[in-house]
Amino acid sequence: MRLPKPRGRLGVEVFDRLVEMPRQLPADEEVRAADPEDAASVLWVLHELSYRGFEDVADDAASDPESDPEVARVRRVLERDLEARLRSRWDAERRSRAEMGVEPGAADDVVAALIELIETHEGPSMARFVQSRADAEQARELLRMRSIYHLKEADPTAWLVPRLPTRAKAALAEIQYDEYGGGRPERLHHALFASGLEGAGLRSEYGAYLDEAPLEVLEQNNAVSLFGMRRRLRGAAAGHFAAFEATSSVPSRRLAQGLARLGLGEAVVGYYREHVEADSVHDQLALRFVCAALVEEQPELRDDVLFGAFTCLDLEARFAAAQFDRWGVEGA
Amino acid sequence: MRTPDVVLCPGGPMLLRGDHVVQDAEGRTHETRRPVSAICRCLRSAELPWCDGTHVLLPDERRPR
Repeated sequence: MRLPKPRGRLGVEVFDRLVEMPRQLPADEEVRAADPEDAASVLWVLHELSYRGFEDVADDAASDPESDPEVARVRRVLERDLEARLRSRWDAERRSRAEMGVEPGAADDVVAALIELIETHEGPSMARFVQSRADAEQARELLRMRSIYHLKEADPTAWLVPRLPTRAKAALAEIQYDEYGGGRPERLHHALFASGLEGAGLRSEYGAYLDEAPLEVLEQNNAVSLFGMRRRLRGAAAGHFAAFEATSSVPSRRLAQGLARLGLGEAVVGYYREHVEADSVHDQLALRFVCAALVEEQPELRDDVLFGAFTCLDLEARFAAAQFDRWGVEGA
Repeated sequence: MRTPDVVLCPGGPMLLRGDHVVQDAEGRTHETRRPVSAICRCLRSAELPWCDGTHVLLPDERRPR
């Protein structure tokens, strides 16, 4: 993958200088003042330096952008800003639920609290829309947007493994083994999605549609990378993961039905069918074994687990609402 | 203590760890295909004997205990 097109002044400055030595990136105030889409695109790129990198950014020992202090500084400013925004949304949710007399996640047991949070969260459903109403062009556009995450599916969660205590680690490793195909590359979930994209007549290279990803999609990606890459946010990473898995089975069946209705190919339908069954296992394991075991050993992480779960649900709802708005879809 | 190989999830499926052959109510056999499988307990799954997450759509009193 090559660096994406900059979305604004910050992107121009950062992407230009990412290939230079020594690097002089924009000052903190300039980073904070960037347009939200510009900032989200830059953070996506800076995170990507720790995944698969870019063909046009050198990664030899001499230039080593991943551990460059200037890159780290800009990334930290953008991450702090994102985290503050996500936490303020969680605080607002708690306040509004408290006003209605329901304390989110008040149940003693963290599994019950997570289930309650997940099942009572309201938001527009992209899966229902695709199941019965979307046209083929809308469905292809959705697949292009989903490709930003699904082509690195499970990778952001992999950062969490070494940060967990024994029981939670064993449970997460068991899920990740399945996500990565159980030793068979052709079953690896992000490879299945790549085949699905090809079958639907779309490009399957990593990051192929990055330039058209809207702000909400970049924010979904950045949040899951942030939670995974920062040890102190391991509770949020675990909660995000559990909510992601717990809201996958039923929507995946709806998506499979919709994509089959639109004739977008067996491979992409198969990808979502695989998730109906796989995620009905993963959600139970993530809730009952990863999150429960983590909170039992590190109870101070309980609120962050709920914060992470809420963030997953909220960012998907924001994406669906914004996308319906862009499509002019009402009543979805 | 050994980690359980079979786990009954309140309100949800039965988890089954490892390779097994499951016989359904019609006598057909199904091989497990993943490290842990979820067997439907609400009997509303469209993928029986496997869980497909449908239990979350049921009211509490109709979910398996």
